[in-house]
Amino acid sequence: MMRESITLDQVEKGQQLPPLEVDVSVTNVVLGALASRDWRPMHHDKDFAVERNGTRHIFVNTPHNAAYFERYVTDWTGPKGRLGRIKFRMKDSVFPGDTMRFSGVVDAVRTDESGCGWADVSLELRVGDKVTTQCTASVALPTSSEDNPWKRRGDDWKP
Amino acid sequence: MSASDLPAEVESWIGERRYPEVGEFDVERGYIFSSCASVENGNPIFWDEEAAKEITDGFIAPPSMISVWFRPHYWTPYRSEEGKPLQCHFDLKDALGLPEAVMTDNTIVFGVPVRVGDRLKTWQVIRSVSELKKTKLGTGRFWDLEIVYENQKGEHVGTESYTGYGYRREA
Repeated sequence: MMRESITLDQVEKGQQLPPLEVDVSVTNVVLGALASRDWRPMHHDKDFAVERNGTRHIFVNTPHNAAYFERYVTDWTGPKGRLGRIKFRMKDSVFPGDTMRFSGVVDAVRTDESGCGWADVSLELRVGDKVTTQCTASVALPTSSEDNPWKRRGDDWKP
Repeated sequence: MSASDLPAEVESWIGERRYPEVGEFDVERGYIFSSCASVENGNPIFWDEEAAKEITDGFIAPPSMISVWFRPHYWTPYRSEEGKPLQCHFDLKDALGLPEAVMTDNTIVFGVPVRVGDRLKTWQVIRSVSELKKTKLGTGRFWDLEIVYENQKGEHVGTESYTGYGYRREA
């Protein structure tokens, strides 16, 4: 289990995040939908997805997609990395049988007026050659080994 | 900016604080485990009591789960109709006669951490509805929705902004 966290001084603009590959199964799509309490049939009923949504199979739902991006970012930062903001655009659906490939790059490293350290990152989820989701995120990072963004409250937390 | 050809009822909804709601149950670890398992998230602040105590002052929920705590039960003995999350989204589909819909953009800004045992509250705001537009899915309208979340102390825990597209498939 990961324990270590990166600190702001270990991050620089242009730095690549380690890539991640995930093979998607029917079970995986359904687990993600049920874990996010999404009972809509296009996430567990293939006939419904094909006939009503016009897709080729059931597909990964939005909160499950967000959970993957959160995992991808915090796998990189370690547990003291604290997401402040995440934005994503789902351009295409992810289906069972697909292999998801996550990649990312650091766009900016900054410290706000409260002293909170931030890394702004651009992330992509690809299936084959197609970008299925584009994402940007701002994640707070410790500025030293003693700092912990999770302890920030009130005016010291401005995502 | 919203379209000028909207039904009066839909126009009246724009900018209004709608569907204030208190969560049906407390934030609990079972769903946190299931969510982490669904994406193989091994972050110790969700699994290890010692790490959670040291880093986050106790167990918290993954920030990306913020909407989960308001998704209605599929069935309860107190309700005869199927519950729907994002009711504003379904209101727009019904009012505009658009039977299918997808979500495109989603932005989440996170406030104080959501803690195990919290009982959250929320409300929804429709920010805009577009003119009719044709896409590869069909003909329909885009809309922007905002969902605000607070904890039981009135602290802001997050705001989600969605862009949805309601449409009718081509015959």
